[in-house]
Amino acid sequence: FITPLALVLSDTHLKSVEMERFADEADVVIVGGGPAGLAAAIRLKQLANKHEKELRVCLVEKAPQIGAHTLSGACLEPSALTELIPDWKERGAPLNTPVTEDVFSILTEKYRIPVPILPGLPMQNHGNYIVRMGNLVRWLGEQAEELGVELYPGYAAAEVLFHEDGSVKGIATNDVGIAKDGSPKDIFERGMELHAKVTLFGEGCHGHLAKQLYNKFNLRENCEPQTYAIGLKELWMIDEKKWRPGRVEHSVGWPLDRNTYGGSFLYHLNEGEPLVALGFVVGLDYTNPYLSPFREFQRWKHHPFVAPTLEGGQRIAYGARALNEGGCQSIPKLTFPGGLLIGCSPGFMNVPKIKGTHTAMKSGMLAAEAIFPKLTAETLDSETAGLHVPEYAENLKNSWVWKELYAVRNIRPSFHNYFGLYGGMIYTGIFYWIFRGKEPWTLKHCGTDANQLKPAKECTPIEYPKPDGKISFDLLSSVALSGTNHEGDQPPHLTLKDDSIPVARNLGIYDGPEQRFCPAGVYEYVPLDTGNGMRLQINAQNCVHCKTCDIKDPSQNINWVVPEGGGGPAYNGM
Amino acid sequence: LSCKVLSSVVTPCYCFVSPQIRVKPDNTGVVTDGVKHSMNPFCEIAVEEAVKLKEKKLIKEVVAVSCGPQQSQETIRTALAMGADRGIHVDVSGKDYENLGPLQVSKILAALAKQEDAQLILLGKQAIDDDCNQTGQMTAALLDWPQGTFASEVSLEGDKINLVREIDGGLEHIKINTPAVITADLRLNTPRYATLPNIMKAKKKKIVTVKPADLGVDVTSRLEVLKVEEPPQRQAGMKVETVEDLVVKLKEAGRV
Repeated sequence: FITPLALVLSDTHLKSVEMERFADEADVVIVGGGPAGLAAAIRLKQLANKHEKELRVCLVEKAPQIGAHTLSGACLEPSALTELIPDWKERGAPLNTPVTEDVFSILTEKYRIPVPILPGLPMQNHGNYIVRMGNLVRWLGEQAEELGVELYPGYAAAEVLFHEDGSVKGIATNDVGIAKDGSPKDIFERGMELHAKVTLFGEGCHGHLAKQLYNKFNLRENCEPQTYAIGLKELWMIDEKKWRPGRVEHSVGWPLDRNTYGGSFLYHLNEGEPLVALGFVVGLDYTNPYLSPFREFQRWKHHPFVAPTLEGGQRIAYGARALNEGGCQSIPKLTFPGGLLIGCSPGFMNVPKIKGTHTAMKSGMLAAEAIFPKLTAETLDSETAGLHVPEYAENLKNSWVWKELYAVRNIRPSFHNYFGLYGGMIYTGIFYWIFRGKEPWTLKHCGTDANQLKPAKECTPIEYPKPDGKISFDLLSSVALSGTNHEGDQPPHLTLKDDSIPVARNLGIYDGPEQRFCPAGVYEYVPLDTGNGMRLQINAQNCVHCKTCDIKDPSQNINWVVPEGGGGPAYNGM
Repeated sequence: LSCKVLSSVVTPCYCFVSPQIRVKPDNTGVVTDGVKHSMNPFCEIAVEEAVKLKEKKLIKEVVAVSCGPQQSQETIRTALAMGADRGIHVDVSGKDYENLGPLQVSKILAALAKQEDAQLILLGKQAIDDDCNQTGQMTAALLDWPQGTFASEVSLEGDKINLVREIDGGLEHIKINTPAVITADLRLNTPRYATLPNIMKAKKKKIVTVKPADLGVDVTSRLEVLKVEEPPQRQAGMKVETVEDLVVKLKEAGRV
């Protein structure tokens, strides 16, 4: 069974179809219409206009519209945005909610221990804005289009193309109109090739093309494996009396035990209606296969400090996405002949601040600034057909992005001690707050998240309370609120390298953790029709593209490939 | 059929996934901010049929029309990417757009058909946001043209059209004269994908913007929406053991 890299026609059908693809040329192709990709596109066009050069910049994005696959808390640090578009306020950027109150707590089952946010601690939010990231991304898309960037939402980059010399030539979008069994439907169409002098990969956390590039160019040989968390989020319209616009709440502790990294956020937006964004993050290095991040999120909402805000309110949206936590220890080599990695894909998130958007945008801008002179130089100075731009990585190392990430590099790994959460907080207090991360050592992570699960027989199942239908909810009604959908008659995009492993290993040793860590109910172990034994049922249509399964599968057997463009969640201002 | 121009009409509509739709707090309508708008699925089928007829060389030109705000142009682009030749965007925005209903759209289409000297109007049978199922029929009446609605098969024979209609009783075969209005039902065809190369080429095709006033059409609505509310919550059902129990429960509830 060959690991599929993309949805393809089954072998029997390959011969019957015209395989020639239409190809087009651009100067720069950007994969991913998130903050990093759009910031890079905007910066490129700004430079082109300033220097009166012609530059064709094409951006492909799998979501049906820009912003529809964006999900974030979020408290935005406006630094990078102000560098990119200084007059963002006049241009109507949706930064409407300055942070007015900042609260941090350690929760126990019934109580709350307030933790003072001293100036200088990473979670201090003075000067930041609570935003609906999907709306900001949509606004960035409009700015990009105004500058002449060609945006193509609804088209997924499925394949990286290479020149004869091994450098990146561009990307190809996926073939469409393939039936579930791999045969071409009447409306089958080949994808298109977009060639570029240089391609930027901004797929967000754990991108599937980035995965291929790591292998092809050995980009991860000198860095630690990336570590991740899953973030689940809901939007609630609450009772006006409970609404405190500008208020930011974060918590750690209950319902997670001290050795499971994670915590909550709750932000009161100020956009004319009593809307709050709330959610829960669980580090994917958790060890208990019975843990369900979704159910931890649902039960956290019942805490006496949280529930009153939600009582009388109505949930209007739900979604989930993996986020990276590896910090600078896990950043791979960023450039290779013909391409660059930007944004959360290589991973620039400042974990204790829980902010990655400002660094993602800055990385996109730095990429654009490094590429531009090389693209427009009189003679194309490159040994390879695809442009190699190592200056981007050097500039990033010299920028505030690296300084910031370096200072906080030891905070997340410091949680791997006997005292777990409390040890980590003490470490943060001493080494970050007092010494600003200047200690001469760099702590390591514990290895990949997938390897952290203990066998089910060594762990205790967790008794989760039943959802009450008012504050906490069941999984399927939540998935419905994500608006996710995929064309039903297409090959499932959650592929298995080996079909026998799920039942033999995942279910046999770990009691099928994918049933619990998937926030969309994609994976179910159901009894076989014959009665003896189980099989793994993959409900690919539910997928919200969070990438958690690809990350956390203890057998690393699940391979997420991109489905037909335009499918996936339909987030609105998440 | 030696027709000069064939007009295929595309009406944009809010194509959304239902769980996400909320009624506005003041009950005047639904929240449309940020909800993705795309081409009505039945109109996609209509565009596909028009493009198929052109590919068979039975008609000369396909013109895609959309009535709405600036974003409607994206829907026209999709039609152009599927194979339409040019687009007409009838600019209606703000309050006018909120109140735009089948009668106003029909008047616009009738005016355009006369202006373009069209021989055929192809529309979706109904829009999936309001489910009116009126525009095609009203347009035919205003033009005094024959209509073939709920079409599941269309074939041209000389200057007449053979149609198979899906009706409650089964399938109805009719023959109508041209010029005519046809509305597309689900099984008429499977619309092709608007592929990326075609979207790129579509950027070069022309879209002309006009205002309803230019066509002599008054878009003021004759209807006033009094209230919009969510359907009542479905109550839990009750299981009964026997038919006698059922009758007792029905009597208790005053249903028999």
